[in-house]
Amino acid sequence: MMTDTVQSRGQALAIHNLSLEFPTFSGAIKALDNVSINVAKAEIVGIVGESGCGKSVTTMAATGLLPKGRYRITGGSVRLFGHSTLTMDDSQLQDVRGKMVSTIFQEPMNALNPTIRIGKQLTDVIMRHEEASLPDARRIARDILADMLIGDPERVMKQYPFELSGGMRQRVLIAMAFSCNPGLIIADEPTTALDVTVQAVILRLIQNRARRTGTSVIFISHNVAVVSQLCDRLYVMYAGRIVEHGATRTVLDAPQHPYTQALLRCLPERVAPKQELEAITGAVPNLMHPPAGCYFQPRCKEAIDLCRSRSPQLAGADGREVACWRRGVGPEIAEQGSRQ
Amino acid sequence: MAITRIIIPRLVLLLFVVLGVAIITFTISHLIPGDPARMIAGDRASAETLENVRRNLGLDRPVVEQFTIYIGNLLQGDLGTSLRTNRPVAGDIRTFLPATLELGTVALFIAICLGVPLGVLSAVYKDGPIDQIARTVSVCGISMPVFWFGLILIYFFYAKFQILPGSGRLAMGIVTPERITGFLLIDSLLQGRFDAFRSAVYHIILPGFVLAFANMGVITRQIRASMLDVLQEDYIRTARASGLRKGMIIFNYALRNALIPSITLLGLALGDLLYGAVLTETIFAWPGMGTYVVTSIQTLDFPAIMGFTIVASIGYVLINLLVDLAYMLADPQIREV
Repeated sequence: MMTDTVQSRGQALAIHNLSLEFPTFSGAIKALDNVSINVAKAEIVGIVGESGCGKSVTTMAATGLLPKGRYRITGGSVRLFGHSTLTMDDSQLQDVRGKMVSTIFQEPMNALNPTIRIGKQLTDVIMRHEEASLPDARRIARDILADMLIGDPERVMKQYPFELSGGMRQRVLIAMAFSCNPGLIIADEPTTALDVTVQAVILRLIQNRARRTGTSVIFISHNVAVVSQLCDRLYVMYAGRIVEHGATRTVLDAPQHPYTQALLRCLPERVAPKQELEAITGAVPNLMHPPAGCYFQPRCKEAIDLCRSRSPQLAGADGREVACWRRGVGPEIAEQGSRQ
Repeated sequence: MAITRIIIPRLVLLLFVVLGVAIITFTISHLIPGDPARMIAGDRASAETLENVRRNLGLDRPVVEQFTIYIGNLLQGDLGTSLRTNRPVAGDIRTFLPATLELGTVALFIAICLGVPLGVLSAVYKDGPIDQIARTVSVCGISMPVFWFGLILIYFFYAKFQILPGSGRLAMGIVTPERITGFLLIDSLLQGRFDAFRSAVYHIILPGFVLAFANMGVITRQIRASMLDVLQEDYIRTARASGLRKGMIIFNYALRNALIPSITLLGLALGDLLYGAVLTETIFAWPGMGTYVVTSIQTLDFPAIMGFTIVASIGYVLINLLVDLAYMLADPQIREV
């Protein structure tokens, strides 16, 4: 494999200005627009936003998991530990996935193969990437299942997915993702399908293992509350664009973008008892015909004329940026934006 | 444990199925017009001769008594005596059934060996050239009448180019190997009769392929449809995200699941094969059950027709049992519960 390039050393994942669209018969859906996400080694980063805002599309594009021929990259680059994944062929991607980057998906009901024993599903992955004999692979699988606080790994390995509870299946999936010690784990809504009581346990499992092994993690969730407890930094996405990002505490304590503020006002735990919860009025824009200017402008209470004509760019300092004409963007930056 | 729990009730059920089929065929054979005694004695026989024939066949006794005797014999494996050949029907079936089973097995083997890979390729390269070809071939297979396709093949491969024989199970002049299983392909190998084996292989290619073709189309379409479903599943995405190789994902992770809904279809196909065998055997002069039954029907040979119906219904019940057992093998969720 290639060696790390200088500028990406220390970065697990560097997505730079990635734009992507899905061509359809009635026109292209602009799913991602200039998305930049950086994840340092051993860092835990969250991506939040409503369903359909492009969170999963971003990471699936970065790992080559989107269906071939159904999408078009229109700009930008992705570097995974220094390697450009967008230019890799199938066979190179197969080497990278599972070894450098693993994805934990939601819906554990169907995420494991129903006709193959757990043990075999784990050892298949381990033997694919590691020089391990079957007994070695089984030992690795057993150890990692035990690390996921599964009481009787030997028994679980002999079982089929339908014999396990949802929480257990999710633990198996996490074990599978960690089994070849990848440098980056993408946890795509890993607890959405689980009981609230199990959610916290599962999230801690991922967090603990990642911290101990120095693995970077991207948590994708539509639930800010879930992500906020685990992540060092947060990215807020809206309609295929990053609208705000920064250290978790600063984003949550002092949200800048009107969308982030509205999102946080929807959380029950952040609202005083008996007070009515807010909902964001309107709907996510149709990305085949996006609104002019800022995509959030049709739903934004603070929108001004400038918002309706020109898209705001991310701007800010010290790793904290907001894309909003009304926030932290001086006239000279507005000037730059308007020239684009 | 679970297997005996499935098999035993089925075998009990089988008894009732046979009894039911026996009642129905017996009733029908006594209701339809046509007098077997006259068929045997001939048109110009005197009333006295007819009466004699009736008495010999037991046709003069009350219907209920005839039925009791028939069932009693049936339970002892006696299917009666053929009116046409004057031999025991059970013996006739033993003679002709293996030829049909051999043809059916070979046809099913061909249909699966071609149909499954074609269906898989068709799904993996959906809408590509391979898919288009596979879909055309399967529509042809399903819609082309067996007798027409059979005649076309005979015309080209036998009459015109003389590459393959067009009728029978063995070439003239080759001594039939001693009967062990009744399957010529097996018997000839067991006895080291390679000349007979070669000839049997040549003879089974055309009828086997004709019989396989229609079922191959059905299998291809079913496998394609269920593969397309399975390839959408989350566990395939998990396998891809783990970096497993494409070939492994398709054959180990996807096909295994796609085969489950196809098992029922294979059971049905097996039934179809027996039915299609009647036409195919007639075209290729294959000395099997199909030919035997057609002649029996033409001559109103009721014991033979009834015997065949009962054997066929037992076959269907056993095929269904096999299908259920195959489900248990393929789907752990059924096996372990």
